[in-house]
Parts: sequence; structure tokens; C-alpha cells
Amino acid sequence: MIKFIRNFINFIIASMRMIAKGNIAYYCWLILLLILILQGGFAYLHQFEKGLIVTNMRDQVSWAFYIGNFTFLVGVAAAAVMLVIPAYVYNWGPIKEIVVYGELLAVAAISMCLGFVLVDMGRPDRFWHLTPIIGIMNFPSSLLAWDAIVLNIYLLVNLTVVTNILYSLFMKKHYNHKIVLPLVIFSIPMAVSIHTVTAFLYNGMAARPYWNSAILAPRFLASAFCSGPAILLILFQVLRKTTSFRIKDEAIHKVAELMAYAMFINLFLFFAEVFKEYYSNTQHIVYMNYLFFGLNGKMSPIAIWGWLSVLFGVIAFLIFLFPKTRKNFVAMNIGCVMIYTSVYIEKGIALIIPGYTPTVLGEIYEYFPSIHELRISAAIFGVGFLLFTLMIKVSNSLLFEELSIETIKNREQ
Amino acid sequence: MKKNTDLTRREFIKGAAGIAGATVLASCGLSGDALEAFLQKHFKELSNDEKAEILKRIEDECKAKYGKEVAVVGTPAEEGVLFAYALDISRCIGCRRCVYGCCEENNQSRDPQIHWITVLEMDKSEGVNLEKANSYYEVDKVPQPDKFYFPVACQQCENPPCVKVCPVKATWKEPDGIVVVDYNWCIGCRCCITACPYGARHFNWAEPKIPTDELNPSMHYLGNRPRMKGCVEKCTFCIQRTRGEEKKYPKCVEVCPVGARKFGNLLDPSSEIRYILANKRVFIFKEELNTRPKFFYYYGL
Repeated sequence: MIKFIRNFINFIIASMRMIAKGNIAYYCWLILLLILILQGGFAYLHQFEKGLIVTNMRDQVSWAFYIGNFTFLVGVAAAAVMLVIPAYVYNWGPIKEIVVYGELLAVAAISMCLGFVLVDMGRPDRFWHLTPIIGIMNFPSSLLAWDAIVLNIYLLVNLTVVTNILYSLFMKKHYNHKIVLPLVIFSIPMAVSIHTVTAFLYNGMAARPYWNSAILAPRFLASAFCSGPAILLILFQVLRKTTSFRIKDEAIHKVAELMAYAMFINLFLFFAEVFKEYYSNTQHIVYMNYLFFGLNGKMSPIAIWGWLSVLFGVIAFLIFLFPKTRKNFVAMNIGCVMIYTSVYIEKGIALIIPGYTPTVLGEIYEYFPSIHELRISAAIFGVGFLLFTLMIKVSNSLLFEELSIETIKNREQ
Repeated sequence: MKKNTDLTRREFIKGAAGIAGATVLASCGLSGDALEAFLQKHFKELSNDEKAEILKRIEDECKAKYGKEVAVVGTPAEEGVLFAYALDISRCIGCRRCVYGCCEENNQSRDPQIHWITVLEMDKSEGVNLEKANSYYEVDKVPQPDKFYFPVACQQCENPPCVKVCPVKATWKEPDGIVVVDYNWCIGCRCCITACPYGARHFNWAEPKIPTDELNPSMHYLGNRPRMKGCVEKCTFCIQRTRGEEKKYPKCVEVCPVGARKFGNLLDPSSEIRYILANKRVFIFKEELNTRPKFFYYYGL
């Protein structure tokens, strides 16, 4: 036991050393992130003091940009299983060695999710009310209570797996199959459930017909399986170019192929929703009309975003559909950026704003994020990127730069 | 047996967390009332002694903030009472006296402005159609001949969606049917605002402002005591007036110049509310959502 603790401390120290070392570009990147975090920190202090009045949210649109980002990032975190399934369930080699990066992304994404929930709270000082045992959770009735539970479990599962794998690499041992494998298998239904529960959070609000559709949760999953891997594919290429990280083209093409299926399902479900609204043409159509056109003869300020999201989704699908374009890196990267943008708009704007517009009493409140919302959100992304960068630095050193307990011992001698 | 050990453990952890929290806060320079408010338990978990202490603390806080003596009570629900409300749309003239009366009675923030009652102006030719509704009409030009007026506040649902979604049980339905909020337990997540089909819940986006001379000093813990920034509030059927010995009507009922508003005990067969239900053409708002409001609209004329 004592030996284990000593080794683990060694592991932490070695990781810290790795984090501190880097070239100019690495330091510049860290400084940039710190500036991003700092400016948002000041904005948050202001929000903390004045209240959420510094945002453009009001009673009419009471969740907006923060919760939109939260929702999007839950999807990103859930999409880590896109790598886990082929790697562990089908034992597909080329992906297996990089699956830990998917899990690191999940950890960073969930951390950002928790950050967005925290900044959206009116009383962050009462966070302990939502903690099991010391607080009071309205479980199982409240979906937000469910969300808090599943997100934290998912975070813990991924942290455990990642730490276990990286520590084993450090010790030059094979990771503990008895712990890692069941947890990885467990993380697959957990990933599905975090996004399902998040979808149900909206879905269960019968007062908002726009969300009260049975295919909302399937749509969440489909769109997450498009956007999450898109981030990973871009990241893998960036890391391959700038760090010691290695990945085979084969693995990238495989992920891209899986994305094509997800994109098809995503578009199909969207089409089903559009058909239902426009063919039945009930009063509930106002929300989708607000998203794509406008109400009372006035063009809606989000219409352009609504169309952009659909357009990018369709083009990206076409790029990924044909193996020829999908395997062309330029085309694939354009497709990745497009699908990412499409889903980000869809979750950040197209999901939430029309849900509230018009309000339950028919009022139209035109929402657009305030400068505080943008600054604070940028800072949370900064925290996420920082976490991710540091974790990658460590895993790169262990996976590709031969860092281990032995190299440290050798150096000491 | 098991339950007992669980409780003890829970109490123990709570105690430990309390001490830890107190230490952290004390080291941050917070103490006294602010610390007590931070560590305050859920209203339903308080003993009578603790309740008395907290009511006293809130009275002191109000005095310090507004320089005015106030009385905060925690009167519980009376047995055999289930409050209900009826509103005669054929009489309402849209004068918004109820809105302003409510605001003064219930110590709503003047800046930013919070109103628990919203009066919608609607076209007679359209009926109750929210797409054609307007709540920003000019009050000195009412009533318009081609319009009717449709006031909306909390419908005090028997099946309240807002209570269902609250992650921390900060809002609940009292035995007399009033849906209340423990302002000190609310975390400000705004799930309930999203869940409410009637736009009846309001958030304190900033620190509420009430002029001292307009502060209503007769307060209830679950009702009109001044709220704080970051929590949600709503109509409580004037819990500070309707509960207790005096049994006053809610303020909106009292100030309505045309007698369009009726209030009473649904369980009392001789009440006016029961007369209306038995003899008038009554409907409830958004009946398809199965919220089962205890707020009835009717055509009296």
C-alpha cells in the first residue's frame, strides 16, 4: 500500500513536470487560455455581485446561452463512446490506443458542463442544497436532480478509467482489466443516459410544446454522435501535427464512417419533426415558425441561424456519405467544421430559444446573449481547453514519449 | 432499525458539513446572520423553535435594511380548507388595479419590476387566443369595445408541474392548496419557470428594490416577506392575509372595482366559490395539460 502511494505520488509529480515543460507555442497557448479565463472570471464576479440581470435572460427566456452550451457539451461528453464501442466491444486495434483521448475529452466536457450549470444558478452559494445527503434532492421526480447524479457518475467513471490507464502506462504495466473493462462497458450506457436525461429535462416540460416531442432524446443522441466525433477528428489531426501523438488514417476513416450513419439518423429525425409540425399545422407550429421565419410578419433574429444549421447539416452529410469525399482530408475537415457548427447552433440557439418564443402567454421576447454571457462562456471553454491540454500533455508523454517510472529512476541515478 | 441508523448518519454528516461550512465562512469574514442564512435548513425540516428564531432573524434583517418594524409570521394551513379562486371574464375591464395592488401588498420588486398578475388583452372575435394576446396595452384606454381582458396569475394547480421539476424541493403544495416557495432554499435554477404553463413564476434577476414607505410590514415567511436576488417567487393567494384569524380576502379580490374576483374555501359547501362552480359556466386555463388549476374562469354575465 505504501509502495503504491509512493508510486502514485511519483506519477503525479512526473505528470506535473510534464505539464510544466513545453515549447514556446505551448506556453503561448496556455497564456492565451489563462487570459480567456481571467477576463471571464472578472465578468463572473460582476454577475455574482449584480445577479443574472447582467445577462439578457429574463422571465420570458429564462434559460439561454449558458444552458445551450451545457446541453451541447453533454453531447460532446456522451460522444466519447463513439470511440469506446469499436475499441473495446469489437476489439478494433487502431482505435484502442487513442480511446483514452475520447475519455479525456469526456472529462473536460463534463467539467465545462458543471461550470455552465454553476454560472446559470441564481444562488450558487446554495449549491450544497443539491448535494446528496447534506442537501435535499427531489429524486426521482426532478430531471435536474437526475442530471446532477448521472453527470457526476459519468465524470467519476471516466476519471477512474483514465487515471487507471495512464498510471498503468507510467508503471509500464498492463492496466487492471478487472477494474477498467467493466467501467468502460458501464460508461457506454452512462454516456447514453447523460444525454437522454438532459433531453428529458426539456422533454418533460409539457408547458413548452416545442420540446414535448417523443423524438427529442433520440435527436439529442444522433446529433451528439455527429458533433462529438467531429471535434475528435479535428483534434487528432492537430495533435498529430503538433505533438508526439500518433494515429492511423484507418482509425480516422472508421470514425468518419460511423459519423455518416449518425448524420443520416440526425437528418431523418429532424425531417420527421418538420413533417409533423407542418403537415398537422396546429397552433404549436409557432415555435418552428419563429425558428425558421418569424412571427406576425416580422423576421425572427434567429432565422438565419436556423437555416445555417440545417444547410451545414445537409452539406456535411453529403460529404461524409461518399467514401471518396469522406476519405479526402480537406473535404472531411470542412465537413467536420460544418457538422460541428450545425449542432452547436442547433443546441445553443435552435433548441432553447424557440422553446421559449413565444412564451406560455404568447409574448415574443427577442433574446441574444449579452457581453457578460459571452465572456463568461468563453472563460468556461477556456477552463475546459486548459484541462484538456494539460491532460493531453501527460497522456502524450506516457503514450508516445516513453515517460515512465523507469525513465524517472534512470534520470535520478 | 435501518431507518434509524440512516437518520443518525444523515444528521451526523449534516452536522459535520455544517461545522465545516461554518469554519470556511468564518474564515472568509462572514458571520452572524449571513452565516445562519447560509446554513439554514429547509423550511419543512425546521422545528418550531428554529422557525421562531428564523422569523425573528428575518424581522431584524428587514429592520436593518428598511428601517421599519415588520412582523413575519409562519402561520400554517388550517384543516378543512382548500383555497380556490374564480375570475369573471365578462366583468373584468383590464384596469390592472389587481396588478398594482398585488405588487404593493406582496412587496414585489419595483426595480427591476416584478408583477405576479399579468392581464392579457384579447380580441373578442378571437376568443382566448394567446397568439393574439397583448399584455402591454395602455391602461388609461380600457376597456376597448372590441377587446376583453384575461388576467393570469398562479393557478395554484392541484397537479403543479413547477413542484415536480424543482431539483431541491424548494417549492411545494401546502395542505390548503397554496403552492409556496422557500426563498431561502431555492437555488435559482429556473426549472419551475420553464415548467409553468401560466408564466406565473418570476425570478429575481437583480437585488429587488422596494421603497421603505411602500414596504408592507405584515409578512408571511412563505409569502410576501422581501425576497433576495437569485430566487424565484410567485402568487401565494396572499397567504399572509388569507391564513390566520382575520381571514381577509387576497388583495386583488379586495381592490377589483367591478367585483370580477372571487375567493373562498372549496371544501365549504356554502362558500361563494362553490356557488359559482355550481351555477356559472366555468372553464380552466390550458385544461389539456392536466395541471388541475384551483383558479376558475367564468362568465358571470
